[in-house]
Amino acid sequence: MNHQPTARTLAQSHFRTLRIGSPFQPRIDALAKTQDWYNWAGYRAPHSLWDEELEYFAIRSQAALFDISPMTKYRIEGPDAEAFLDRVTLRDVTKLKPGRVHYTAWCDDEGFVLDDGTLFRLSPTRFRLCSQERHLPWLLDSAIGYEVSVEEETEAVAGLALQGPTSFAVLRDAGFAGVERLKIFDLADFPHDGETVTISRTGFTGDLGYELFVHADKALSLWDRLMAAGELRGIRAIGYTALNRARLEAGLIVANADFTTAEHAIRADRLRMPDEIGLGFMIDLEKGHFNGRRAILEARARRKLRHVLVGLEIEGNIPAEHAIVYHKKHQEVGLVSAAMWSPMAKRNIAIASLTRPYGDTVVEDLWVEIYAMRELQYQKLMKRAKVVARPFIKLDRRTANPPADF
Amino acid sequence: MTSFDAIIIGGGHNGLVAAATLAKAGRKAVVLEAGAELGGAARTEEFAPGFRVSSVAHLLNRLHPDVVKTLELERHGLRFSRADFLPSVALSKDGPPLVLHGAYGEVLTGASASEQSAWKDLRAQLLRYAGILKPFLSRRPPDLAGMSMLETAALGQAALSLKKLGKEDMRDFLRVLLMNVADLLDEQLTDDRLKGLLAFDATLGSHLGPRSPTSLLGLYYRLAGETGGAAGAQMLPKGGMGAVVAAIRAAAEQADVAIRTSAPVAKVIVEKGRAVGVVLDSGEELRARTIVSAINPATTFLDLVGPREIDTGFVRKVKNIRMTGDAAKLHLALDRPPQFAGVDAAGHKGRLVIAPSPDHVERAFNPSKYGEFSSEPVMEITLPSLADPSLAPDGACVLSAVVQYAPYQLKEGWDAGKPKFLRAVMAQLESYAPGIGGSVVHAELLTPDDIEARYRMPGGHWHHGELQADQMLISRPVSGWSGYDTPVDGLFLAGAGSHPGGGVSGAPGLNAARRIIAMKG
Repeated sequence: MNHQPTARTLAQSHFRTLRIGSPFQPRIDALAKTQDWYNWAGYRAPHSLWDEELEYFAIRSQAALFDISPMTKYRIEGPDAEAFLDRVTLRDVTKLKPGRVHYTAWCDDEGFVLDDGTLFRLSPTRFRLCSQERHLPWLLDSAIGYEVSVEEETEAVAGLALQGPTSFAVLRDAGFAGVERLKIFDLADFPHDGETVTISRTGFTGDLGYELFVHADKALSLWDRLMAAGELRGIRAIGYTALNRARLEAGLIVANADFTTAEHAIRADRLRMPDEIGLGFMIDLEKGHFNGRRAILEARARRKLRHVLVGLEIEGNIPAEHAIVYHKKHQEVGLVSAAMWSPMAKRNIAIASLTRPYGDTVVEDLWVEIYAMRELQYQKLMKRAKVVARPFIKLDRRTANPPADF
Repeated sequence: MTSFDAIIIGGGHNGLVAAATLAKAGRKAVVLEAGAELGGAARTEEFAPGFRVSSVAHLLNRLHPDVVKTLELERHGLRFSRADFLPSVALSKDGPPLVLHGAYGEVLTGASASEQSAWKDLRAQLLRYAGILKPFLSRRPPDLAGMSMLETAALGQAALSLKKLGKEDMRDFLRVLLMNVADLLDEQLTDDRLKGLLAFDATLGSHLGPRSPTSLLGLYYRLAGETGGAAGAQMLPKGGMGAVVAAIRAAAEQADVAIRTSAPVAKVIVEKGRAVGVVLDSGEELRARTIVSAINPATTFLDLVGPREIDTGFVRKVKNIRMTGDAAKLHLALDRPPQFAGVDAAGHKGRLVIAPSPDHVERAFNPSKYGEFSSEPVMEITLPSLADPSLAPDGACVLSAVVQYAPYQLKEGWDAGKPKFLRAVMAQLESYAPGIGGSVVHAELLTPDDIEARYRMPGGHWHHGELQADQMLISRPVSGWSGYDTPVDGLFLAGAGSHPGGGVSGAPGLNAARRIIAMKG
């Protein structure tokens, strides 16, 4: 048998690497003491690197470096880019100035949420749309009738989130002059290694923090630059478990964790409109037409919104992860999608989806049933739950200007 | 400025029917026609000095009785008399033709006794089954998401009439519904001429061959039409198809419909999800509560409304409507009437069909799949000036033929292909009517390309969307929006691209107007 690989089989060898590495993989691999990986959109991404508790506290007390390269990224450019995005997404893109970022979501014709994500306005005619799921066919079909180009740049662009109280100081010490001028949701370009890095004051932690985007071939030099500058400021690489806790404290939702995106939902009752997952605030009926507008208006008018996403505070200190929510301890009214004991809030918090009117007009007498495994036996706990506002924590340093030096 | 309740875009017959029906219900309506003349593809036009012909549609076989009644078209000059019913003549090179007399072959001549009896049974069966589908023509397709009591009742009626067939017949109806026409014909008939004619009729105007699955539906669609109360009957309107449009126009004008020609619409104005008016090419703006588009659905949404005012999923659906035509139209100005071999005088006044066998039709279809025209095309021919001498100078003759297959997307392009296709068509004609070539004073061949440009029919498709099972009923023009209303409030569709489809029926226009009236639009 001849086992010499041909050009054809070499070209097909992608399937031999089931989970590809990100541009930062050499650095992450070197730090991955736990070897605790998961699959993020086809990438090998760490759940944790050395200790998920300490990684979490790196976000809240130091500076945490999290690789966001696997996030889906689209480059959207052209004279009609603004109009195109205004039609695709819920919020008014004409109000998003160049050098600004906003959190938004987009729907199908039926008004069901396809995804949420962040939209970066890099120039009057150039945007970057970041999201959990992939949407290229949808975006390309949406581009019919617009002078705009849509390109996926997930692999070409590497991304890092630098989050935590010392994150500003790390960037300043790394020599990104002028980064102190970035207010929350601002972005700007800075020189790096002969190219530029786009730094925005954004993040997924509710803390002071930044996100950095750079060409994939400059990824390692950026990592090294930050790590060197941050050494004395407690910079640590972290995995998703820590980030997931921080985002829950910040009250942020994750597509296909806290709600099912429309293209992934198989069961008809799993589809969600923005109003049903707490994103109703994005809907701008005063702007021009946008996908799903008609269906959303009709659902509002006919009171067809069946679900509501709420923040819960639960008595005790046992996380209520994926617990069923009851009304009067017996009627099932919803499910917890994320839960934790919050070290910052000192509260037992959760995000849950409830069937209206529960969580909407009926918020009294709600309970969650927690199954706590205690040495191979479930201890069933029925705990009182209170609907509370999100975010669960609010940190002044997130928005303080100038950003605090630590 | 006069204000209108309804603006109707497109002065084809469906637009006029919709306008007249709305006006009769008290709406102030205006029809905006882009061309200099009304009628769309149902006009009578002069194509050579002294020679006039029905432009694309040349036979009247499905003008809906509700349209005739609602608009009182008989009062406006349209006559339907049994004496006008045309025979269909299945031409043959090898011998005498076969003739279907009366309403789609009430009497068959030129065939063996056993074939006559087999035809009698098949004809009765076809009409019975087409009769089940017929009531759907004059209604909105069932709205699966939210059916009203009336719609549910109507659907129940269809189920009942199906049940009335009896168990065996009902099973057979369901068995054959989506069959190909060739297999059904082979089951029941033996005469190639008869089978060829039926195969031709089933596939006329669609991108199907007789052996393509579901091709039988085209025959049902034809037989669900009626003329003068007789299913399947056909006639040549006196004065050409333009006379039919003139009658509809007279009805519209009597109901105070304002009609403007040479007034192409550039844009439908949409404000906050609602259509509120139109802008003409001239820049003039007209506003109304209801906008009715009786033109092509893709043109309506992609060009006039624009993708920016509608959702991406809907744009996808509209872009996916298949509408590339396969039929060409031939107009010949002849210095004397042609003589088709073996055909008597009455036959020459009828519909002459060159489709010698289902195999022949299938072979004519084959190249069209690959962007080539048929080298031996099939066609239906009429000689309208024989019965209506006003259409041609004294002693001369007009030939009007629908010729298949001529794919819209011809690989070599129609500039290069058209003269070649004309030669193939003339050769075919010559073999059935020797000497006809020598009598041609002028020949006009309209390829789908020409039909598109001249009659604003994208793809040159007279149904404004291929009429096949996946683009019928609840899927016409697109799934989810088959009931004449659209995702844009106040904007309705009323053309052939909507249910039930094309042909000079007026049914889409009538159904749309009824829907608008029911919605108090």
